[in-house]
Amino acid sequence: MLLEFSQPLEYTGLANWFDTTLGSWSLPVKLILVAVALLAAYAIIAMILIYVERKITAFFQARIGPNRVGKYGILQSVADVIKILLKEIIHINNVDKFLFFAAPFFMVVASMLTFGAIPFGKALQAVDFNIGVLYVTAVSSLGIIGVLLAGWSSNNKYSMIGAMRSGAQFVSYELSAGFALMTIVVLTGTMSFSEMIAKQEFCWNIFNGHISSIIAFVIYLISGHAETNRGPFDLPEAESELTAGYHTEYSGLQFGFFYLAEYLNMFIIASIATTVFLGGWMPIQIHGFDGFNQVMWYIPSYAWFFGKTGVLIFLSLWVRWSFPRLRIDQLLNLEWKYLLPINLVNILVMVILVIAGLTLTDLFPILAS
Amino acid sequence: MGDLGGLNIMAEQIIFYILAVLIAIFSVLAVTSKHIIRSATYLLFVLLGTAGLYILLGYYYLFAVQIAVYAGGVMVLFIFAILLTNRPGEKVKSERKDRRIAAGITSLAGIAFCGHIIYWNINKVYSLVVPDEQKVQEIGLNLMGTEKYQYLLPFEFISVLLLACIVGAIMIARRR
Repeated sequence: MLLEFSQPLEYTGLANWFDTTLGSWSLPVKLILVAVALLAAYAIIAMILIYVERKITAFFQARIGPNRVGKYGILQSVADVIKILLKEIIHINNVDKFLFFAAPFFMVVASMLTFGAIPFGKALQAVDFNIGVLYVTAVSSLGIIGVLLAGWSSNNKYSMIGAMRSGAQFVSYELSAGFALMTIVVLTGTMSFSEMIAKQEFCWNIFNGHISSIIAFVIYLISGHAETNRGPFDLPEAESELTAGYHTEYSGLQFGFFYLAEYLNMFIIASIATTVFLGGWMPIQIHGFDGFNQVMWYIPSYAWFFGKTGVLIFLSLWVRWSFPRLRIDQLLNLEWKYLLPINLVNILVMVILVIAGLTLTDLFPILAS
Repeated sequence: MGDLGGLNIMAEQIIFYILAVLIAIFSVLAVTSKHIIRSATYLLFVLLGTAGLYILLGYYYLFAVQIAVYAGGVMVLFIFAILLTNRPGEKVKSERKDRRIAAGITSLAGIAFCGHIIYWNINKVYSLVVPDEQKVQEIGLNLMGTEKYQYLLPFEFISVLLLACIVGAIMIARRR
């Protein structure tokens, strides 16, 4: 009985209820409901992340952080959202109106599209593509077009420089992130997220490919962090040099879109890392300890997913407030002279590990699920 | 279930027509726009529409490659290149009249040629379409195989071509 908390829709019989009462219209209704649920999750996760980030940042800097709106400032981000919705969208002269208004949507749509392919829990995945990993890397690369267009159409030198930096940074680090994911594709032999998770029941991918996997994991975290323009890699919006980079001229909800997309990108990077390296929504399982495994399954799968993702997000915040900002040439050197060559060698090592049968599941066949 | 099938086909048709109209409109806009950066953006919408058509056909791999290569890669490079040129914001002047007539005739000839081919082959294409989902593993094995209907040799030839392009680009850039 308890096991079924992992699948809330099946547990409450909601899916069956739709089928019986709505008949042939159940599919369109379900599609719309899934879309609404994803949109709601998108907004709510962003609000939670903003609160968590502000609170954790405050603790890193020995402050209290938001503490006025609600107990411990829990309602702070609700207040922020209401404020940003009420703000005026300032119309600026001499900008390319069409591109100026289109740019924020690129950012939001790109992160929204990836959202559909993320497995939030057992059977909680909107679309399970056969090419999940490729789909996610492809679609997330659309966001950078929004940044470039925003920077150009603002008709402002700061925005322009910020956008160019962001573009260079994103294009270079996208390579590393893609290669790191490909290393794991070599290991698992599949690109579909659901199959990847199923194979990680007793042995997460990060342990399965030992040396190579851990290197890929670290590289993915670094380059994913760089792609979100945060932490030591926030050159595109370096406040002291560029005021706010590519979104200098944006106000109100349009700025809100950029802000939202930034936080959601952080979440998406963390959740993909969770799914690909840390077993996704799969509970911790130890082969042979059946009682322990059973107890672990009682914790719902989405709790596992959000728990693991939360740890990675905390890691990213930790990095953000611990390292000084890089210079642009250091940033590009790090990618092209260090991460990329390491990555290419790493893929070769992984291929050798898989062919020679040196992965953990090959060495200890009981670990294979 | 018959009702549902009808609904599905109808939905597919509606989506197809929406995509087709979008592709047509943005193709025209991409050519007629006076701002070069806007042309690039319209072209991006055309490419995204094409990706939508692929997903409608069930070719998910092609869809992802279309987005990654064209929308994510080529368009970003286009926009980058445009931003780095002298004055991307300026309006492009219209061409001379005789040139416009020549361009019109060329494009009409192109439309006639493509239309002819499509018209004569449309029935064959309909029977050739395989609705099964192509597995990534199969695509990979076919790309890397050396047997009949496998593509290792063309694949390697294309990489030689790309290498030649890169070397050529470096040569042109160095000469200055």
